[in-house]
Amino acid sequence: MSEQQSDQEAILKVNNIEVVYNHVVLVLKGLSLRVPKGQIVSLLGSNGAGKSTTLKAISGLLPLEDGEITDGWIEFAGEQLRQELPNVLVRKGIFQVMEGRRIFEDLTVEENLACGAYTRRDRSGVKADLDKCFAYFPVLKTRLGRLAGYLSGGEQQMLAISRALLARPKLMMLDEPSLGLAPLLVEEIFAIIQEINQKEGTSILLVEQNAQMALSVSSYGYIMENGRVVLDGPVERLLADQDVQEFYLGLGQSGGRKSYREVKHYKRRKRWLS
Amino acid sequence: MDILLQLIVSGIAVGGVYALIALGFVLIYKATSIINFATGEFMMIGAYFFYTFMVMAGLPPIPSFLLVMFCSALLGLFVERAILRHMLGQPTISIVMVTIGLSSILMGLAEMIWSTDFKSFPALFPRAPVIIGDIIVRSNLFWGFVVAMLAVIVFALLFKYAKVGVAMRATAGDQMAAFSMGINVRSMFTVAWSMGAIAAALGGVIIGNIGGIQPTLGSIGLKIFPVVILGGLDSIAGAVVGGFIVGLVENIAGGYLDPYVGGGVKDLAPFVVLVLILFIKPYGLFGKQDIERL
Ligand SMILES: Nc1ncnc2c1ncn2[C@@H]1O[C@H](COP(=O)(O)OP(=O)(O)OP(=O)(O)O)[C@@H](O)[C@H]1O
Ligand SMILES: [Mg+2]
Repeated sequence: MSEQQSDQEAILKVNNIEVVYNHVVLVLKGLSLRVPKGQIVSLLGSNGAGKSTTLKAISGLLPLEDGEITDGWIEFAGEQLRQELPNVLVRKGIFQVMEGRRIFEDLTVEENLACGAYTRRDRSGVKADLDKCFAYFPVLKTRLGRLAGYLSGGEQQMLAISRALLARPKLMMLDEPSLGLAPLLVEEIFAIIQEINQKEGTSILLVEQNAQMALSVSSYGYIMENGRVVLDGPVERLLADQDVQEFYLGLGQSGGRKSYREVKHYKRRKRWLS
Repeated sequence: MDILLQLIVSGIAVGGVYALIALGFVLIYKATSIINFATGEFMMIGAYFFYTFMVMAGLPPIPSFLLVMFCSALLGLFVERAILRHMLGQPTISIVMVTIGLSSILMGLAEMIWSTDFKSFPALFPRAPVIIGDIIVRSNLFWGFVVAMLAVIVFALLFKYAKVGVAMRATAGDQMAAFSMGINVRSMFTVAWSMGAIAAALGGVIIGNIGGIQPTLGSIGLKIFPVVILGGLDSIAGAVVGGFIVGLVENIAGGYLDPYVGGGVKDLAPFVVLVLILFIKPYGLFGKQDIERL
């Protein structure tokens, strides 16, 4: 880990964790990362690298999928976590927006938003945050009474982020917010993620396939492969890195864009640092 | 014509009570995906609780009624915490077996505690039948219907608007996502079992008040299956509509056909209609496509 990063106070420290599913499948093999207070950090990596698993280990969703942290520790806001369930961790200030949005389709938009604020007691604060959500995503205000299952994919992602905002977390973790969205909408969503980070001071841990987009809003990035971090650094350094350019940003030496398939193919032949 | 009208009115009245019991069943199914075969026995035990407080302890009706709700909630809580929580992740068939076993246990307990003798409540409502136009409704049936409908409305409002109701529906939709919102999904299961037990117990008190009680009272719970399958296992509105359909069908078919065949039509008719409706709408009238069939 670079000194540059360890200077800053961290909201989240993950130290050398191992995660096992179903008592046998070892998925995270000693993973460490940290999120400095008030910053956006990206966690990148190919399919199956263990990104979602990392987020679930932090948010406490892991035991619900029969996963377990068998080694290492996680510290949040200066306090070591002891594998609490999410109903406890959300109250402490950790909120994960799960992969695939996971909105409640049979509930209205308004009820979905109420679920985001489920752990809060301060009605007036919730009201104010609701207004903020409508300022970020005006379209939601016009859809309040509608069943959330009928929203478009983009609107559902807005709803998922709004639910997270309403929980008023100290650390917001987003698992592939760009999934299935049109490029223009992806830009809009990322602009808002950045705005939330700046205006609300929320620290953000961002998992993405869209490395270009993710790095463009982050201050620091981790690249993981096969259950470990294989490369990390401030974004400027990652963006300048040959391998990152080649494998994650899809830029070959020639400067042209490579197809995803091609990148995949390369990945199989050449592994990150060994 | 008068006879038909008469049968329709009593059908609706009975149907309202079925609706309440079915609602208890659906609450549990929706939140936990467990088919509670002990619904009828929850009813029966509720009726005995009422008998205990009102007849044995000599309390007035309203406190007795409130105590029934309290004790049934505890029963639901106990069943969920002590038994079903440990069955999480087990195959559906095992869980179904557990609820069937539970129904036998509750019936056995009732026999041990209250004996198998037939018992009845003292009069709770004015004895005079209620007369609406030309139609006469037995007082216990009329007031039973009124109480059942009030209970259904309260439950429906809770489920629709209360914070816990929204959280229960979220849990029913996506447990993982509900957990990620900070909802304690496990306590939602407990709440569902408690509410389901209360609904069944209230239904039991009403039915016991109409026809008296015995440990076998729970067999009426079987009628809940045509009701909930008609309505769709996961639909509250379906439970209510299904309750009325079953009440109407059994009364009308029984009223017209029983004199010719010497009885029994009343119990058979709802199942016949059930089969017919499932031919046309395999997921019940209000059910969702992905619901498991029994
Ligand atoms: N519940 C589970 N039980 C067993 N194995 C699992 C479970 N969830 C994930 N895995 C395995 O753990 C590995 C990492 O999965 P994970 O979902 O964390 O990857 P990811 O980096 O998020 O991938 P993607 O980009 O496709 O979302 C995969 O090999 C996957 O098969
Ligand atoms: Mg993932």
